[in-house]
Amino acid sequence: MSKILDDLRYADSHEWVKLEGDIATVGITDYAQHALGNIVYVDMPEVGDEVVAGEEFGAVESVKAASDLISPVSGEVVEINEALGDSPELVNEDAFCNWIMKVKVSDPAEIEGLLDAAAYAKICEE
Amino acid sequence: MKYYDKLIFELSRPGRKGYELPANEYGKDAMADMPAAVMRGEKAELPEVSELDVVRHYTNLSMKNFGVDTGFYPLGSCTMKYNPKINEEVAAMPAFTRIHPLQDPATAQGALELYYNLQKALANIAGLYEFTLNPYAGAHGELTGLMVMRQYHLANGDTKRTKVIVPNSAHGTNPASAMVAGLQVVEVKSKPNGSIDVEDLKPLLDDTVAGIMMTNPNTLGMFETEIMEIAALVHEAGGLLYYDGANLNPLLGKVRPGDMGFDIMHINLHKTFSTPHGGGGPGSGPVGVVEHLAKFLPNPRVKKNADGSFSIVADEESLGSISSFLGNFGVMMKAYAYILTLGKENLKNVGPLATLNANYIKESLKDDYLLPIGGVCKHEFVFDGLKDKSTGVTTLNVAKRLLDYGFHAPTIYFPLLFHESMMIEPTETESLETLDEFIEVMHKVAAEARETPDDVKNAPLTTIVRKLDETTAAKNPILTYRQLKAEA
Repeated sequence: MSKILDDLRYADSHEWVKLEGDIATVGITDYAQHALGNIVYVDMPEVGDEVVAGEEFGAVESVKAASDLISPVSGEVVEINEALGDSPELVNEDAFCNWIMKVKVSDPAEIEGLLDAAAYAKICEE
Repeated sequence: MKYYDKLIFELSRPGRKGYELPANEYGKDAMADMPAAVMRGEKAELPEVSELDVVRHYTNLSMKNFGVDTGFYPLGSCTMKYNPKINEEVAAMPAFTRIHPLQDPATAQGALELYYNLQKALANIAGLYEFTLNPYAGAHGELTGLMVMRQYHLANGDTKRTKVIVPNSAHGTNPASAMVAGLQVVEVKSKPNGSIDVEDLKPLLDDTVAGIMMTNPNTLGMFETEIMEIAALVHEAGGLLYYDGANLNPLLGKVRPGDMGFDIMHINLHKTFSTPHGGGGPGSGPVGVVEHLAKFLPNPRVKKNADGSFSIVADEESLGSISSFLGNFGVMMKAYAYILTLGKENLKNVGPLATLNANYIKESLKDDYLLPIGGVCKHEFVFDGLKDKSTGVTTLNVAKRLLDYGFHAPTIYFPLLFHESMMIEPTETESLETLDEFIEVMHKVAAEARETPDDVKNAPLTTIVRKLDETTAAKNPILTYRQLKAEA
């Protein structure tokens, strides 16, 4: 059974978001890392890049498959998790601690359109 | 010599060679007459070895291979059937191997006749009007077929038809080929049984649809029973139907894609028509079309003249050229030999036997392995890993453990519809005894997963190369000999 944290918001494409002020921290869910298996590469955006909700911002490559990362929010990338460059397997160890990017969101209300923990849990069960 | 791992360059010794030329008695060095512009400045760095060095080197390397000649190869979606040796004999005939694509067609009539006859035979088998044999492989065939589709709409002045509908269970090459052909991919959902959801398809069919790409049977090995309705809907919307021939094997001589309503298709000669592939390639991906699309097929083409002779021609309405000359001719010879060897009646037995073999394995193993979609499959089927998920043994572990028992692993982690996919296709060329041995080993691995799971998780234990560190391989790939030496 995959871990789902109550205080986060989720996209149906298996990314999580934590909004603090106007900074959104984005990662992939425990369910996603489990489904992907051993992650060997995380293709991250660059600081300063604009990301758009619903559009691709990077990719995760595992021994099974390469999967696009879809941004759950719009805004400017202010930080990326450099540690994943050398150690992408950190995502397998803890997908929630090991976030992928931080975004200064242009529209904090966007997050209201995302799933809460209960709704996301339902998707994972299907 | 199991662990032999030298490069031919490591065997090289200065001056060693496998021949001795007589002294030049003519007092003239022919090389002196060569224009300086075509001469290289430095000597080529070729290995200097004896004949015995060469023979041992390559024989030892070949013994590290696993191929359909050494064992059972149930790689789903790949149709790893036996490659009959008579095909090789035919393809090696000097009358064919020594012709050049630029020589006068009048002097290569036999080769052109073979091309023409094979094209006709494939058209008969597929229920289509004409084939081009020029595409070099399956994905190249897909691209060619989609270019025909685009050319058709453009010729009608229908420039807004740029969308290609692809099921979410499709082979990855389908959307990739559509993108390369300059078309946009729209995904249509599958129902829980893996077949196309007609209700999800209907709203997608508007006047921007160029066509749909399908396989039948689909990626899960199930026959798309609603194909006639799907074909009618797509045609009504002005689109064309593309058939990916990857799964043609179970239908060979029994069901024709043309009769199911498909307008364009490719055939993988290296799957269905028994020519080698994988490391043994090259491939060949002939593309067939219905009559009204034939003029768009690529150039050059082989035409039969009124007097029975053959010419190489080009059609002005063609989409252009997609290959140099007439494709991978050696592969065509092998496929032609296969068709003639089996003949019409025996070709019809291929599908039922392939289907029987797949169902036999499926039914024999479904107590130990999770079968997400029941019922009669065609030539292949998909398990979603071991039935008992409590052991922690994954599909990857089972695949590696099979190598210890001398079997090639099935296709794993495809299709993406399930997390632990294991796609098994035995083909018609395996005997009951081989199938039983495979089934026994699969049961054994399932028992090991319960009783001694570490044996399975650490597999393979007996192969030349043990379990590979795929994370390091992806992060820090060593791709050349120089890199390897620098690392050591």
